[in-house]
Amino acid sequence: MRHLLTPQDFSVSETEELFRLADDIEVHPEKYSHMCDGKKMATLFYEPSTRTRLSHETAMLNLGGKIIGFPSGNVSSATKGETVADTIRVISCFADIAVIRHPKEGAALVAAHYSSIPVINAGDGGHQHPTQTLLDMQTIRRLKGRLTNMTIGLCGDLKFGRTVHSLVESMSRYDNVRFIFISPPELRMPDYVTDLLRDRGISYDEVTRLEDAIPKLDILYMTRVQRERFFNEEDYVRLKDFYVLDEKKLASAKKDCYILHPLPRVNEIAPEIDDDPRAAYFLQVHYGVLVREAVILTLMGLVDLKSFA
Amino acid sequence: MLNVGKIEEGFVLDHIPAGRAMYIYKHLGLDRLDCGVAIIKNARSGKMGKKDILKVECPIDTLDLDVLAFIDHNITVNVIKDGEIVEKRKLQLPKEITNVLHCHNPRCITSTERELPHIFYLADEKREIYRCKYCDVKYEENDGEVF
Repeated sequence: MRHLLTPQDFSVSETEELFRLADDIEVHPEKYSHMCDGKKMATLFYEPSTRTRLSHETAMLNLGGKIIGFPSGNVSSATKGETVADTIRVISCFADIAVIRHPKEGAALVAAHYSSIPVINAGDGGHQHPTQTLLDMQTIRRLKGRLTNMTIGLCGDLKFGRTVHSLVESMSRYDNVRFIFISPPELRMPDYVTDLLRDRGISYDEVTRLEDAIPKLDILYMTRVQRERFFNEEDYVRLKDFYVLDEKKLASAKKDCYILHPLPRVNEIAPEIDDDPRAAYFLQVHYGVLVREAVILTLMGLVDLKSFA
Repeated sequence: MLNVGKIEEGFVLDHIPAGRAMYIYKHLGLDRLDCGVAIIKNARSGKMGKKDILKVECPIDTLDLDVLAFIDHNITVNVIKDGEIVEKRKLQLPKEITNVLHCHNPRCITSTERELPHIFYLADEKREIYRCKYCDVKYEENDGEVF
């Protein structure tokens, strides 16, 4: 049984094969549109996330499958005290694949442990969000034509921002990728990520001013400071507007420095940037559906990744 | 030098840093075992200056070597049979330990689903770093844990 709990569940070569499968789905959608006929996907969203849920559901519908599930924890048996382990054992009897988002870190691992169907982690608290990472990587790969030889700047909430941890871990597996971490001191990258980079001999810088980093970047990954990750409202209010990317700051960026953001954005990217050809955050959404289709087909064993080697 | 009699079957934990014997006694659960235990404090040691020693008269299987290795993998474990040392066991940091440490991360699934085992894995052998299997948060000695 294969699950997707962290982006590292796919090796570097499998990840490339998965992206080639996503490329093929984009060019020949009709080849794949009935592959999940008669199959059901359960979307178990204990924490609301319209974008991620609808992206997974669209992916399954594009493949001919059907959807069951719940959109937030307060309409599920979790409110009655049912454990994740019990829920997934029940859902395993209904569906062929499950997508789970849960506010607690490690919830998807627990689900995978007790499940008899493949589990996709669609975000477990501030921990992992592998399909987001894969779609981020696919966006970079398609825009730059490579995943090697680049400097990636990550800006904003690097402490609680799960997408940045996953992205750094995954991109650090590629040759000659350097990182610049741009955050206020309170929201710096956690040590488990920086330890990993040191062990792999990968260089990184930590700065607080976005302006200092921008000219050096090939990719700028902006993040939102998320209210739900703070226990203290005061800290959230103090840090939420620390960074705003506007035309003035972007003026010193390279002509092919693409701007990514996991969305939803609040005000960390000024709307005036949206029409800049380097703004790639809505393109990420497009690749997200395709990558999730590739993940569903792979985990359900309906496509052999080796055929895209 | 204080003399403590030989044991017939059991184990001798040697090279315990001076003052740590009671700590290990407690965390190996020796207080709950119905067997003879000799706790030797501040014994003279050529290598360490002073050291503690624990002599326990019970089958070696009763000892949780993973817990001991996690506490201090430099402790020497001498296995005794028929009054003689038959084996010197070298301890290695366990790859995974279950229900020894508790995850204190309030965002971890173990904070709400109480029946789950608390599992930590050896994330970095060089730096002796353990992380929670669920949330990857690092175990810190000063985070209020008993160890």
